[in-house]
Amino acid sequence: MSEPIRFARRDRRWHPAADSPGYKSTTYRAPRRALLQLPQSVGELTGPVFGHAKLDPLDNDLIRNYATEGEAVGERIIVHGKVLDEDGRPVPGALIEIWQANAGGKYRHVNDKYRAALDPNFGGCGRVISDAEGAYSFRTIRPGPYPFPNGNCDWRPAHIHLSIFGSAFVQRLVTQIYFEGDPLIPLCPIVNTIRDPRAVASLIAKLDMTEMRPFDSLAYRFDVVLRGRDATTFESGAR
Amino acid sequence: MAKLKETPSQTAGPFVHIGTLPALAGLRGNATERQNILVGDGTLGRRIRIEGTIRDGAGELVKDAMVEIWQANANGQHGGNAFLGFGRAATDFETGQFAFETIKPGPTLFHDGRQQAPHIAFTIFARGINVHLQTRMYFPDEAAANAADPVLQLVALPELTATLIAAKEADGDVPIYRFEIRLQGEGETVFFDF
Repeated sequence: MSEPIRFARRDRRWHPAADSPGYKSTTYRAPRRALLQLPQSVGELTGPVFGHAKLDPLDNDLIRNYATEGEAVGERIIVHGKVLDEDGRPVPGALIEIWQANAGGKYRHVNDKYRAALDPNFGGCGRVISDAEGAYSFRTIRPGPYPFPNGNCDWRPAHIHLSIFGSAFVQRLVTQIYFEGDPLIPLCPIVNTIRDPRAVASLIAKLDMTEMRPFDSLAYRFDVVLRGRDATTFESGAR
Repeated sequence: MAKLKETPSQTAGPFVHIGTLPALAGLRGNATERQNILVGDGTLGRRIRIEGTIRDGAGELVKDAMVEIWQANANGQHGGNAFLGFGRAATDFETGQFAFETIKPGPTLFHDGRQQAPHIAFTIFARGINVHLQTRMYFPDEAAANAADPVLQLVALPELTATLIAAKEADGDVPIYRFEIRLQGEGETVFFDF
């Protein structure tokens, strides 16, 4: 059997720190002890494979996948891009799960107590699997900003949550994407858990007029980058 | 080759269930329901139930988390057609409990070919967790295999390995194992970076 691909270490300085004083929810949820670094074995180098067969044709259309009468209310957008690894290789077959608030900033969730109204035609849940070139696309409405308790009242910029499965469990990633030009981005304590401004910039989807649909939807481009191969592991041995 | 940087993580937030366990969030049910039941009629292996909670550094139950498990089948293989080996559960909004119905995995190999004791990988997503946390659950009735397990040997200290070994709560046809996860403070679970 061939040696499985091993992956480069996660750059923990690029990701948010576990304990981020500006984001109060981390106070009691951040481990105190350092993470224990382990080599990658078969359980980490494999991961669940989700086939296209499991997806419904409307899974990547949040404007229509919950609608019973008409369509979801809001600014119609397409979000598209590629799933790549850190070496720029396309990652085909990556499952992307999507969740978001509606145009008024309200989630369809039993625990969301924000006063904004629900949209009867919007669920805020979608899925898509990247194609052979790593490309993905989904259609939705631009979510609204909303307040959240964080000591006092802070506001979340418009954002869409993405959960991604690559080819191996070590590539697992959950993140949020923001929208170019949103003035709430630099004010957000959750965005600011990331210390490097270049890392923040890499979470901002860019307006993409080449993909807009005339008289229908604007488009935003966002490329997801998953962990890439570890160039130094041609020989075996602990790392 | 010009290296790209990995997309940085952001917290899954308190509404993680909408995208990952939609029926629980109050959305209409779909094919992703019952993701905490990994077994079917034809699944080979010893059926087990895993129950547990997640507590924070103040000792409070975490009631808005989403937990994923990933494991080998009874023969120690990952990702076969007969047994996906992947499951998801929420910590209950009222009680904070999570539960999985699965099978006991077989032993698997460490990267260097040594044998690893049977274990299940756990990944935790929640509000206040900026990058998902990874740990492992080992079995209390595998003392010899646990003693020889290369990961538990790296963890080394008994008070730390104890955070990774479930307690057997009930025997019988479907034994119940309890796995209590502590995010911070006394008895803090050992978390890994692979």
